[in-house]
Amino acid sequence: MLMLVARLRLLLGAVLLLTMLAVAPPASAQERNPDGSVNPTASSVKENQLLQELKRIQGRGTIPDTRSYTIEQPAGRDWRHFHEVTLRWIGAIAIVGVFVLLLLFYLIRGMVRIESGRSGRVLVRFSGFERLVHWMTATCFIILGISGLNITFGKPLLLPLIGPEAFTTWSLWAKYAHNYLSFPFTLGVVLIFLMWIAWNFPTRVDVNWLREGGGIVGHKHPAADRFNAGQKMVYWIVVLGGGAIAASGYVLMFPFYGTNVAEMQLAEIVHGVVAVLFVAAMLGHIYIGTLGMEGAFEAMWDGTVDMNWAKEHHSLWLEKEASQGKLTAPPAQGTMQAAE
Amino acid sequence: MARMKFLCDADRCIECNACVTACKNEHEVPWGINRRRVVTINDGKPGERSVSMACMHCTDAPCQAVCPVNCFYTTADGVVLHSKDLCIGCGYCFYACPFGAPQYPKVGNFGSRGKMDKCTYCAGGPEADGSKEEYEKYGANRLAEGKLPLCAEMCSTKSLLAGDSDIIAQIYKERVSRRGYGSGAWGWQTAYRETIAS
Repeated sequence: MLMLVARLRLLLGAVLLLTMLAVAPPASAQERNPDGSVNPTASSVKENQLLQELKRIQGRGTIPDTRSYTIEQPAGRDWRHFHEVTLRWIGAIAIVGVFVLLLLFYLIRGMVRIESGRSGRVLVRFSGFERLVHWMTATCFIILGISGLNITFGKPLLLPLIGPEAFTTWSLWAKYAHNYLSFPFTLGVVLIFLMWIAWNFPTRVDVNWLREGGGIVGHKHPAADRFNAGQKMVYWIVVLGGGAIAASGYVLMFPFYGTNVAEMQLAEIVHGVVAVLFVAAMLGHIYIGTLGMEGAFEAMWDGTVDMNWAKEHHSLWLEKEASQGKLTAPPAQGTMQAAE
Repeated sequence: MARMKFLCDADRCIECNACVTACKNEHEVPWGINRRRVVTINDGKPGERSVSMACMHCTDAPCQAVCPVNCFYTTADGVVLHSKDLCIGCGYCFYACPFGAPQYPKVGNFGSRGKMDKCTYCAGGPEADGSKEEYEKYGANRLAEGKLPLCAEMCSTKSLLAGDSDIIAQIYKERVSRRGYGSGAWGWQTAYRETIAS
């Protein structure tokens, strides 16, 4: 009996040993060259192979800077192509394109006049707070836009004119302005989102307004509430575009806080593309608010608009306001109205 | 004119980090900045390889292309250098660099990275060769004295090679054919669009 147990144990041990040998890789087979010499690279990493399998080659280093553990990221070349070629084309086509279109439009259509003339009766369109928020955001936007475009277009356009030293001084200040003015700009976008959201949901009125070309193309005056479909589009461009630009901008401003180099490149791509499209869209906004339409600029500057302007461009809004008695009294006969 | 390059033969690198130390000492590189570093791939596993990596002085360098203020220039020897007087510390060269070479003295938020610092191939900067200003900003200018970069010069296994492209490529090629293996001229395909047959 004892003999049998001992034999079984021996048999079991032998089977286990054989299994282990069978499972283990044949150690010597791969690590030798055909002629029997040792091949120390049999299991070693090879650069070509790593580059084909991975986007980045990373390892382990001995210094605290973990970014330095990435020794190769050929994607930098692609990002370079985006920044030097693609972004410049997108930006140039969008901004110059919109500028040319606006110029042509102005030459053909001219300023949209108040067709029935000024009535002399005015009503408040934007409160002091609304105008403060608008101009804070607008001022920041213009400075951010110029300092941002400088990073993409300054080198080919401005540097040859003013020379490298002056261009560096200007770019350094532009960079500081860009970084710090991002805070009031973001605050402005948030306030714009909150204070005008109630009037910016699409409605059935907008469909008709768009169908009639907003009264800009042609001479109709489609009905509109406080904001027409075009203004609603500007609102959503500011809110969504501003949100995207702020989010990507803060990633760029706090580099490598939870991001790696690929994500930093992506943030720059998003920031650049949204920014140039944003600038192009705002050119249209600036045009219609100044040169493009009589009586529009004063709405945001003085806060008031003429009754006839409101009748032609925001008839539904005027009805509501008038019913609440918010129109000023008609001017007394024979007295001159101060030019508004 | 020679075309100066680096070549790291990873099959010889023993991760002693002497190149890193030599660089820091030769150029009085500030604390926290590493112009050269050694990275080990598959650390602790069979077949691990260490690579000493710094600026590769690329052909048609991406950093030079993306710099918004054009602070980079390539010398007649193919060495990519930059001017710290013109750099605005925007960090774009780091995004474009395939080798993570650009370094900044500050942490980097609020656009305050400071002036970029990187390997100069021991060739200084735009200031007069060997001047005090050049040394303070960029470190020693060994190339102007007819010497090669110190990291490669003192590499104990001659894993890190520096010198004219044709000569160091030839040395590596001979090594590979003599010993029968090579894990590749790390970075050459990315930096110079060329490989050395191995």
